[in-house]
Amino acid sequence: MFVSNKLTELQIDALREISNIGLGHAVTSLAEMLEGKIGMDVPHANFISMEEVIEILGGYEELVSCVSLELDGDIQGSVFYIFNKSSTYKLVDTLMGFESEITNGLDDMAISTINEIGNILTGSFISAISDFTNLKIIPSPPIFAFDMLAAIFTSLIIVSGQPEGENILTIKTEMYRDDRIIKGFFFLMPDPESYEKLFFALGVGD
Amino acid sequence: MQLAKNIIDLHVGIGEYKISRSPGRLVTLGLGSCVGVSLWDPRNRVGGLLHVMLPNSKDFIKINKQEKYADLGIPLLIQEMIKQGTSKNMLQAKLIGGAQMFTGVNQKKIFNIGERNVEMSRKILKEMSIRIIAEDVGGNKGRTMYLDLVTGEVLVKTLGKNIKVI
Repeated sequence: MFVSNKLTELQIDALREISNIGLGHAVTSLAEMLEGKIGMDVPHANFISMEEVIEILGGYEELVSCVSLELDGDIQGSVFYIFNKSSTYKLVDTLMGFESEITNGLDDMAISTINEIGNILTGSFISAISDFTNLKIIPSPPIFAFDMLAAIFTSLIIVSGQPEGENILTIKTEMYRDDRIIKGFFFLMPDPESYEKLFFALGVGD
Repeated sequence: MQLAKNIIDLHVGIGEYKISRSPGRLVTLGLGSCVGVSLWDPRNRVGGLLHVMLPNSKDFIKINKQEKYADLGIPLLIQEMIKQGTSKNMLQAKLIGGAQMFTGVNQKKIFNIGERNVEMSRKILKEMSIRIIAEDVGGNKGRTMYLDLVTGEVLVKTLGKNIKVI
């Protein structure tokens, strides 16, 4: 069974590396769509506990948006991203070409925009990993939620097949355009067996 | 019942339980597909709150924490409450949560966990002859719940809606 604290440094570095590659591609896709430059800080990938994730993202009841895709093919599991409330609104402002701080709630239009962005970001993230590893990974259509962080996050962890408190590969990223900083968190959760395949493909298998 | 500052709140984490005596409240934050099971003994004013994550421990090979599963967690909570001097036939149960947080076309497995958590919790409580006197379950909103140990009332908070007392 997969246990995150038994990973070697080499394996963690490999996961960080593919996360960086994946996110780089994701942000490039977003920049292309927006026909403008989007900056991105070096993503930080780490294994952290569910409680830590909740704390970093603003607490149990923080309003967040989340887009999640299930993975099928050689790698099974899920990938999802979460933006806190202010980053969600900034993202919508940016995507819709609004002035700063126009958005203060999500209508159907905004939800479908975020869904689409989630689809693009996670889709290009996954295809970059897929190209890099030569593994066939097929993402499902996205599912969406906009509500309390803990309610969303636990619901995703529960179906991951790792409910016994395993740490989660969390990739923190900051994107910016002009003076707007959008903080997002990507989560890559392969099923335990899929980790082995992933490591093998990355040349860091046991 | 209000969200007053001077009330002592004891927080129950995800997949955990706590038992306490009046006064004060037991609180669990951000229930999504999880279910909050509260038990209250009106005579002794002792309450317990369990944050259930999954319906059935039998779906898993290795179990570290019984509290995460409805089928093991609920009997455990009842047993511990009896040790605290309550009698089983006094206990009143309330169920909160079991929502479906996500919308979208991919309905593979994420869509019925909340429902299964609620169903299993009802089944286990019935098997143990505990009355469920109120519920606020299902829907698509996350919930925070407070069990008032003085009155046995449960306060349910959802984002963007009025607080509900059951």
